Amino acid sequence: MRHTGIAQEKDKDQGMMTAALEIRGLHKTYRNGFEALKGIDLTVAPGSFFALLGPNGAGKSTTIGIVTSLINKTSGSVRVFGHDLDRDLQEVKRSIGLVPQEFNFNTFEPVGEIVVNQAGYYGIPRREAWRRAQHYLGELGLWDKRKDMARTLSGGMKRRLMIARALVHEPRLLILDEPTAGVDIELRRSMWDFLRNINCDGRSIILTTHYLEEAERLCRNIAIIDRGRIVENTTMKSLLTKLDTETVVLDLLAPVQQLPVHDSIVLRGIDELTVEADIHRGESLNTLFHLLDKEKIQVQSMRNKTNRLEELFIRMTQAPKTRGRDMQTSQ
Amino acid sequence: MTPLHLHEHWTALRTIVTKEVLRFARIWVQTVLPPVVTMALYFIIFGGLIGSRIGEMDGYRYMDFIVPGLIMLAVITNSYANVVSSFFSSKFQRHIEELLVSPVPNSLIILGFVGGGVARGLTVGVAVTLVSLFFSPLSVHSIPVTLSVVVMTSIVFALAGLINGVFARSFDDISIMPTFVLTPLTYLGGVFYSVSLLPGFWQDVSKLNPILYMVNTFRYGLLGTTDLSLWVSYAIIIAFIVGLYVFALNLLNRGVGVRT
Ligand SMILES: Nc1ncnc2c1ncn2[C@@H]1O[C@H](COP(=O)(O)OP(=O)(O)O)[C@@H](O)[C@H]1O
Ligand SMILES: [Mg+2]
Repeated sequence: MRHTGIAQEKDKDQGMMTAALEIRGLHKTYRNGFEALKGIDLTVAPGSFFALLGPNGAGKSTTIGIVTSLINKTSGSVRVFGHDLDRDLQEVKRSIGLVPQEFNFNTFEPVGEIVVNQAGYYGIPRREAWRRAQHYLGELGLWDKRKDMARTLSGGMKRRLMIARALVHEPRLLILDEPTAGVDIELRRSMWDFLRNINCDGRSIILTTHYLEEAERLCRNIAIIDRGRIVENTTMKSLLTKLDTETVVLDLLAPVQQLPVHDSIVLRGIDELTVEADIHRGESLNTLFHLLDKEKIQVQSMRNKTNRLEELFIRMTQAPKTRGRDMQTSQ
Repeated sequence: MTPLHLHEHWTALRTIVTKEVLRFARIWVQTVLPPVVTMALYFIIFGGLIGSRIGEMDGYRYMDFIVPGLIMLAVITNSYANVVSSFFSSKFQRHIEELLVSPVPNSLIILGFVGGGVARGLTVGVAVTLVSLFFSPLSVHSIPVTLSVVVMTSIVFALAGLINGVFARSFDDISIMPTFVLTPLTYLGGVFYSVSLLPGFWQDVSKLNPILYMVNTFRYGLLGTTDLSLWVSYAIIIAFIVGLYVFALNLLNRGVGVRT
């Protein structure tokens, strides 16, 4: 990717402080009266790789839809690189490339033309449009398919076609709504690499996901959205440090009568051959093994109980009442 | 609008129109061929078989009288059908979103779709005219009137098709207007008969039908005869273009049917 130079230079000139995206007090009530967004505030720094994480129905696509002007907001403000959505819509649109959650191209159009036509809508002449299409479709492994009808592509290819289409006007902000839904593991990895490269070239990226590993692997900044509210907006690192324990599950070779007691490792028997260990952050796994060794407890296998982020996520998005009850039962 | 943006907008408009033309050209067996076959049948049955028994209409051979009306009928229905089905399927398949996220202004979206509709209307119109040459010699009384009225009529119905597409929620909705409004109005708009044959009251009622003015003006362009004032006809057609355009623009600006 060598096309980001100008956009980035401009950014530096104006100072790095202009947020790629700034959302203030965003509300959305759908026509049926459903309030999907209940006052969202969100800031995405320029150049960042940002995750908007939330369960199904949290309001991720609604937020993205408003930013990309596919959905009318009820109230609140949206700025993209300082351009206001209400006053400077054209500039906002020029700054954004969207990879939507649902396929939204004409399946009876050839792959190459879908990308080139999109460039045309942004005023890019046809010859230059084909040059860019070759570049992005090539990078995404679709150039050979340029003459095929879009409907003949596999799910993963369709998703990549939408990525090429979103990049063809070289937006400073790329927004992907659940980009790896329905994409198999191997392709997912190469898509992540591709996105990382694009981000390294200076393009800001926002992706929504309910797939936690994705956010953890890719994103330096994260916001968690739940039932139309932002419950957290911070760096991935500081979010992860909020987790003070990690739980591993141990499958034993033989039943044990008595579990050892330790300051920073709490062991719990689940059934006679299964034990869970809460390991305090900063404590090494060797301590756990040492502890087990001393008691002659033989472990057959071991696994993480949950992804740490997932645990945090569940904690943050559960209603306070449920959370209290859970904590009681686990103590 | 800076010159830079003007240039960009021109590229965008060309892109939309080209895409629209390719769309109907790719499926010409469904879009261009059927109306030509239908019109050929009209020529054979009404003009050839029945027409010879009718004799003259307004001083012309019946076949010669109906050719302009049938060309117009083809132009009207195809301009309309192209835009309504293209716009509705772009909503249905959601690729209208490609345009909605881009900086293309709504006025250009309208122009682009209308351009596609006019292209199809005129393509079919020319094809039907060529077929008509087997049945009736082509005479053109006034080239400017003929061309202007056929293009403007095509624009009117492309715009109407677009509005239908904006409101349509199902494939049924895109056939209701053509079946229950467009076709009857066209048939009653003097395609097959001269309104001067009607009793006074029905003549007055017919004059409320805008298609009557379009068909008559087109027939004037070819044959040099009309029951109505040319200027009134042009005024009516222009009023429809302006009115429908403003309405369509207002719908798109409000996001009716395309934004939630
Ligand atoms: N057009 C609509 N009309 C009414 N409710 C909607 C509409 N679109 C989405 N919703 C509701 O708004 C909520 C948020 O949806 P969405 O933003 O798609 O969530 P997410 O993308 O996080 O899964 C959901 O409860 C959904 O059912
Ligand atoms: Mg969603």
